[in-house]
Amino acid sequence: MINVEEREGSAEPSPERPFLSIENLFVSFNTEDGVVRAIDGVSLSLERGRTLAVVGESGSGKSVTAQAIMGLVRSMGGHVSGEIWLDGQELNGLQPEEVQALRGSEMAMIFQDPMSSLHPFYRVGDQIVEAILAHRKIGKAAARKETLEMLKHVGIPAAERRIDAYPHQLSGGMRQRVMIGMALINSPQLLIADEPTTALDVTVQAQILELISTLKEEFGTTVILITHDLGIVADVADDVAVMYGGRLVEVGQTSTIYEAPEMPYTLGLLSSIPRMDRELPKRLDPIRGNPPSPINLPPGCVFQPRCNYSDRVANGACLSVRPELLPTAPGHLVRCHLPAEERQQISADVRRILAGAQR
Amino acid sequence: MTAAPHEILRVTDLRTYFPVRSRGLLPRVIGQVKAVDGVSLSLDSGETLGLVGESGSGKTTAARSILRLIKPTGGQIELEGVQIANLSQAALRPIRRKAQMIFQDPYNALNPRHTVGGIISAPFRIQGVEPPGGVKAAVQELMERVGLNPEHYNRYPNEFSGGQRQRIGVARAIALRPKLIVCDEPVSALDVSIQAQILNLLKDLQEEFGLAYLFVAHDLAVVRQISHRVAVMYLGHIVETATRPVMYSAPLHPYTHSLLSAVPVPDPRIQQTRERIMLQGDVPSPIDPPSGCVFRTRCFQAQERCAVEVPPLIEVVPEHKVACHFPITVDEVAARARAGKIEVPEAEEQMTGSVSGPHFVEPGPPHA
Repeated sequence: MINVEEREGSAEPSPERPFLSIENLFVSFNTEDGVVRAIDGVSLSLERGRTLAVVGESGSGKSVTAQAIMGLVRSMGGHVSGEIWLDGQELNGLQPEEVQALRGSEMAMIFQDPMSSLHPFYRVGDQIVEAILAHRKIGKAAARKETLEMLKHVGIPAAERRIDAYPHQLSGGMRQRVMIGMALINSPQLLIADEPTTALDVTVQAQILELISTLKEEFGTTVILITHDLGIVADVADDVAVMYGGRLVEVGQTSTIYEAPEMPYTLGLLSSIPRMDRELPKRLDPIRGNPPSPINLPPGCVFQPRCNYSDRVANGACLSVRPELLPTAPGHLVRCHLPAEERQQISADVRRILAGAQR
Repeated sequence: MTAAPHEILRVTDLRTYFPVRSRGLLPRVIGQVKAVDGVSLSLDSGETLGLVGESGSGKTTAARSILRLIKPTGGQIELEGVQIANLSQAALRPIRRKAQMIFQDPYNALNPRHTVGGIISAPFRIQGVEPPGGVKAAVQELMERVGLNPEHYNRYPNEFSGGQRQRIGVARAIALRPKLIVCDEPVSALDVSIQAQILNLLKDLQEEFGLAYLFVAHDLAVVRQISHRVAVMYLGHIVETATRPVMYSAPLHPYTHSLLSAVPVPDPRIQQTRERIMLQGDVPSPIDPPSGCVFRTRCFQAQERCAVEVPPLIEVVPEHKVACHFPITVDEVAARARAGKIEVPEAEEQMTGSVSGPHFVEPGPPHA
């Protein structure tokens, strides 16, 4: 179960704090054009062993959230405020060297493009050995043996030969497997996967998603999966957090998000995607307009300019008042001014149309 | 639709090979990549043919060869009755107004130093066409038609979002009222909410102008949404072609089965319970494709015959062609999956399996 609370100010550390807890996270970047508010108050927590999918479109802040957890935002020139608790330790207040010690051991990340984490000049085996030696005091021979085991484990055929290959000698799917092996080599508690299969072909994507699921079971790793693909989310996630304009707009268990979504943006996303398991609609029903500029976010609800239902809210609150992320059912949170009954009615109507595809 | 459907494009035995050169001071040609190897297809007005495949399948090379952005090695391309495969660039120019292209990346397909007005009016200038009412009025009408604000005529591409830039690309493509538009992954760089907008726009324009689309994409759900017919490519060959409903409900080629089964369905209850065919490894290198059937190294139907005999593309029922020695129906696949009898070959042990490796670089398109 995922717990999300909107909290003002910082909370005292408590012994019952969940495995991962992000509290009031704000990230901004100064640019020539103004201040980009990439993350605008995100609070969420995740239990050990779960897979959380963070879903959103470009500019929603989903990747920056991951980078903030990994302590990578400051080196990119961003300003971070808020607290990030991982397994009882607050990360945001740590020194860069302390975060570096955790990166790769306590938490690891895999990226869309494997070449961004593999060095083109070094043999893949040597790179994994280096990752082991950076965090553990073991001999080089033992590290190489462990590397070979890991390469076999992530499904590299002829691992004995490929351990000495350079990244360019491997195919895209193989590189992704090597990167996953490198991320898991020090048994991290938390694995963040940022669009891990977006650059891959669909038959290879299926293999990599299966690999991540299997390894997660085996190592008991907690996974945060960042993606824009709602099919992948349905495949692997336990919980879903939908982001828009730097904020969480809906959070819940995967089944809830697909079967009873309430935020108009989530509904819009589900209506926008062409899907193969349903009757073919004559036309798709896209969300109108374009995502907001992170430099100039709307003052009220970030989704209001594209929302079909904001005129149903009294006093134009959507235009001026920022809605809070509030529980609508246990474990299901929604950021929307519409009354819950009305949201549920809209959701039921939209899903009925989608199921019948009569458009 | 503007007129009764008639044939716009007929491609016969199209072949596009790229030379592979050795490295060093004096490179020699040491082989060739058969990026497109004997592709035949046809397209009517008002019709969309979806060309589907994974990376390295040759779908983009085929599309670019058809527009003569890449010189094909062999075969015929007939555009509205005119053979264009061997025309010179000069002779091609008047033909180009009939066939246009929409590119994948709306960020790189537009010159950042030109205004939107300049970009959309370029086809008029290049072809020497003076639209009635003047160029500016015509461009603003086009902008309005694709959902852009005509007042933004003097703005630059960087002032627009990805979706709006793709609309600019669409306006440029339809400026000369072409008969054929080749769309190369036109929505794959866009966010999902914007993808649907562009797909709807393309559908509307097709109905209004009777456009024929050759729609190249890797996303099978997107292709289903827009196509009337679908052709599946693998390593330079079309392995199956059928009408859309048949391709998605009754495919016969093992590769098509595998592709459809690999696409995740956005419904956790269906997705987490359905039987799936999990192919192993990647697409083999097109420099050294497998003998016989190109798919046999990953195929669960493969037998000895597949290694020696190239399966021809045969019409098994009207409008449904398959290139496979052992085609298999959906029901047979399901029965075998339930019995646990789908055995996919292990991944190959070749060292350089990469299609996108450093061995060859696809030449970019010359400016049309």
